[in-house]
Amino acid sequence: MTQISATLSRLGGVYLLPVAVSVIAFILIGAPSSWVTLTVAGLAMGMMIFLMASGLSLVFGLMDVLNFGHSAFVSFGAFIAASVLAWLGGWLGADSIALNMLALMAAFTAAILFGLAAGWFFETVVIRPVYADHLRQILITMGALIVAEQAILAIWGGSPLSVPRPNFLQGSWLIGDVTIEIYRAFAFLLGLAVYIALYAVLNRTRIGLLIRAGVENREMVEALGFRIDRLFIGVFMAGSALASLGGAMWAGYETLITPALGAEMMIVVFIVVIIGGLGSIQGTLLGAILVGLMANYIGFLAPKLALASNMILMMAVLLWRPNGLRPAVK
Amino acid sequence: MTQVTNGTRIVKAIVLLIGALLLFAPFLFQDVRSIEVAARICIFVVLVASYDLLIGYTGIVSFAHTMFFGFGAYGAAIALRQMGPGWDAVALGALAGVLVSIVVAIAIGLLSLRVKAIFFAMITLAVASVVMVLASQLSQLTGGEDGITYKTPEVFKTAYKLVTDADGKVVKVFGVKLNGKLAAYYFVFATSLILFIALLRIVASPFGTVLKAIRENEARAEAIGYRVVAYRTAVFVIAAVIASLAGTVYAIWLKYTGPDTALNFSIMIDILLMVVIGGMGTMWGAVNGAVLMVLAQYYLRDLMGVAAEATANIPVLPYLLDPHRWLFWLGIIFILLVYFFPKGLAGTIMAKGART
Amino acid sequence: MTLLSLQNMKTNIGQYAVLHDVSIEVPEGGVFVLLGRNGAGKTTTLRSIMGLWQPSPGSVTFRGRDLTGLHTVDIARLGIAFVPENMGIFGGLTVEENMILATAKGTFDPKRLTYIYDLFPALQKFWDKPAWSLSGGQKQMLAVARAIIEPRELILIDEPTKGLAPAIIDNMAAAFREIAQSTTILLVEQNFEFARSLGQNMAVIDDGRIAHAGTMQDFVANSALQDQLLGLSV
Repeated sequence: MTQISATLSRLGGVYLLPVAVSVIAFILIGAPSSWVTLTVAGLAMGMMIFLMASGLSLVFGLMDVLNFGHSAFVSFGAFIAASVLAWLGGWLGADSIALNMLALMAAFTAAILFGLAAGWFFETVVIRPVYADHLRQILITMGALIVAEQAILAIWGGSPLSVPRPNFLQGSWLIGDVTIEIYRAFAFLLGLAVYIALYAVLNRTRIGLLIRAGVENREMVEALGFRIDRLFIGVFMAGSALASLGGAMWAGYETLITPALGAEMMIVVFIVVIIGGLGSIQGTLLGAILVGLMANYIGFLAPKLALASNMILMMAVLLWRPNGLRPAVK
Repeated sequence: MTQVTNGTRIVKAIVLLIGALLLFAPFLFQDVRSIEVAARICIFVVLVASYDLLIGYTGIVSFAHTMFFGFGAYGAAIALRQMGPGWDAVALGALAGVLVSIVVAIAIGLLSLRVKAIFFAMITLAVASVVMVLASQLSQLTGGEDGITYKTPEVFKTAYKLVTDADGKVVKVFGVKLNGKLAAYYFVFATSLILFIALLRIVASPFGTVLKAIRENEARAEAIGYRVVAYRTAVFVIAAVIASLAGTVYAIWLKYTGPDTALNFSIMIDILLMVVIGGMGTMWGAVNGAVLMVLAQYYLRDLMGVAAEATANIPVLPYLLDPHRWLFWLGIIFILLVYFFPKGLAGTIMAKGART
Repeated sequence: MTLLSLQNMKTNIGQYAVLHDVSIEVPEGGVFVLLGRNGAGKTTTLRSIMGLWQPSPGSVTFRGRDLTGLHTVDIARLGIAFVPENMGIFGGLTVEENMILATAKGTFDPKRLTYIYDLFPALQKFWDKPAWSLSGGQKQMLAVARAIIEPRELILIDEPTKGLAPAIIDNMAAAFREIAQSTTILLVEQNFEFARSLGQNMAVIDDGRIAHAGTMQDFVANSALQDQLLGLSV
C-alpha cells in the first residue's frame, strides 16, 4: 500500500486525478470521438475557470483576504468585452483574420484594463480598511458584489446579451469523426499561455519568489526587509485583470450572457479554490481542470447530476484533504 | 458588556413598543397590506435573530441560512399538498424540515468548521446555491420556479368564523372580523414570539457565555478546554432548526412556497442587511433591523417610484430614484454601515448610553 | 558601547498586557542571552524589537535611533535580522531560494556564500532541495544562514536549540561563536547549558519584567540566584 502511494506520488500524485477522471470517463462514454470532444470542452472550460479563480486564490494566500466580490470582475469583463465586440461588429465579420484579431484583442484589452483599474479601486478603497477583520471583510466584499451586480443591471439591462464571435473562431474542425469547436481550442491555448506566463513569473523572477514566500509567511518576508503590502496591490490588480479576461473569454464561449453570470461563476470559482487549495496556482489549475472535465463528462453521461457533481467532488475532496488538494505550504 | 445603560434601556423600550404594535397590529392597521407587513416582520425577526446567534455571537458567517428557512417552508408545503390541509401535515412537514436541516447542518459543520472560518463561508455559499438549483430542477416535488400553492388547516381560512353571533355572522371587535385570517396572524405572532424568547434564553444561558468566549478568543477558549468545533457545530444546528421552523410558519401564512419566498439568495441578502443594520450580537438589534428593512421594502420602494415620477423633468435624478435601483442603494448603505457603524443601530445606541 | 537599548518597554497584545517593564542594554559585539521560563515574555520582547508587536513609544533604541513606530521592513533594513522560534523557513521554496530571497539585491556575494558553506556544510549539500524536506537541525541552520547572508549589525534568535539533538546543538554553538565575531547576537534561550557556553552578558525575564541583569560569569557563579530565577541549579 505505501509502495503504491509512493509510486503514485512520484508520478505526480494529485496531479494524476484529472487523468484518472478522463480515463474513467473514456470507459463509461465508450465512443472515442465524443470523448475527445468532451475532453477538449472540459479543458477549455477548466482553463477559463482557472483564469477567473487564480487571482482569488493568490490574493487569499498572500494577505488572508477573501474577496467575495471577485466574481464582479468576471461579469464586468464579460459585459465589457461583449460591448466592445458588438461595437466592432464590422471588423468581426470581415474576412481578414487581422481585423478579426484586432477586434478580439480590443475586447480583451478593454476587459483587462477594466480589471486593473477596478482591482486598484477595490483594494485601496474597499478592502484595505478591513484587512485583519474577516467578518467585516466578508460583509463588505459581499456588499460590493451586490452593488456591482446592480450596476451591471443598470448599465446593460436585465435581458440576455448576445456576444458576437470573430469569424476565424467560428465553426469547428473535423478530424476523422472528431469535432473540435475552434473557440474551445483557442480558449484552451490562451488559458494555457496565461498559466505558463504566470508560472514563469512566480518561479523565475524575484517578484514571484517574494509572492511565493509571502503566501507562506508574510511576517517573515517583512522581517527580511521587503514590503508585502505594495506587492499585494500588484497581485490584487493582476488577479482582477485575469478574472476580467476569464469573463471576456467566457462571454465568447457562451455567446449569450445574463447578469446572473457573476453569481453562477462565483460558485464555480469557490468550488475550484476549495478543491485546489487556497494560495497556489498549481492547486487552482488542478481544481479548475477537474471541475471543467467533470462538468462536461457528467453533463453527457447523466445531465441531471451535472450540478450535484461539483458538490460531490467538493465534499469528497474536503473529506480527504480538508485544506484542498494542493494548498500552499503554510 | 451587559451592564444596563441608558442606551440599552432605550433599545429595550423600542423593542417592547414594536412587540406591542405587532400584538395589536390587526386592530391598529386594518388593511390587508399592513397585516402582510406585520406577519413578515414577525417571521424575519426570528430568522434574523437566529442568524445573529451565528454571526453575532459566534462570529461565523454562513450563507446557507435561507436554505434552512427553505427546508422548513418546502417541508410544510410538500406535506400540505400531498396530505391535504391538516395539522398532521403541518407537524410532519415541520419535522421533516427540521430533520433535513439538522443533518445538512451537521454535515457542513463537521466538514468545514474545523478549517478556516472563511472556508465555511465559501462552502455554505456553494451548498446553498446548489440546493437552490436543485429545488428548481426537481419540479415534480417542489413545483420548480412556480413553487407550490396549497391549503392550510381550516382554522386559518379567511372565510372561517372564529366567533359567530346569533345570526351566524362573524363577530367584529373594534371593527375587526374574528376570522381565520386573524387566527393565522396570531399563530404567526405567537410562534415567532416563542422562538424569539427561546433564542434569548439560549443567549443568556451558560452555553451563550461559552459562545461569547469563543468569539472573543478562540485559542484561549480551546486552551481552557472547550471543544470549539463542537460548540460551533451545535450553534449552527440550533440556528438551522430555528430558521427551518420559521420557514414552516411562513409557508403556512403565505399558503404558497416558491424560490422567491423561501430560497432565493436575495432573502439571504435581506437577512444580512437586517442583522448589520440592526446590530450584530445583541438579539435586540435583529428586531430593529427586521422592522426597518421590511418597512423599507414595502413602503420606501413605493416612495422611490413616486419620487422618480415627481422628478421626471430633472436629469439624472429620476434615473437614480428608479425603484429598480433599490438594491443598489441598499448595497451602498450596507457597505457604509459596516465601515462606520459596525455595531449597527442597536449596538450604537447601546454604546452611546454607556458613555453618558 | 550600547548597540540596542530597551527602556521600560511595555507591550500589549490585544487587550492583554504581556510586557510590563523590560529594560536591557545590549553592548556591541558578542552574545547577549535573555533567559526565562515559558511565557515569561522572551518571544514578545524579540517581536517588539522587530516591530511585529507594538511596544510603548520610545522604549527601543538602536544605535541611538528610536525604533518604535517603525515598520518591520524598515527595522530589518537598519541591519537587524530575526530568526523566529518556528524558524520562519519557506517550506515550498528551495534552500537556494530561501537564501537568495534574503539577499538585498537578489544575487550572492561569493565570499559570503563560502563563509556560509563553511559554517553549515549541510546547506551546500541540500542547496536545490525544497526546504520542507530538511531535518529540524538543518532548517535551523538555514534560518540562521538566511539571517547572515547579508552583513548584519544585530541578529535576534529565538530558542534555536528547541527540539534539537545534543550533537547538533554543539555544532550550532560553534557556528554562533563564529558569527559573534562579526555580529552582535541577542539570543533567547531556555537551554541554560547552551546559553552559558555562549553568552557574555545576560538578563532574566519573568512575568514581563527583567528580574536580573548582569554578566554571565557572575550569574553562573551564583547558584542561589539561578535556583530562584530559573528553578534549576547547575
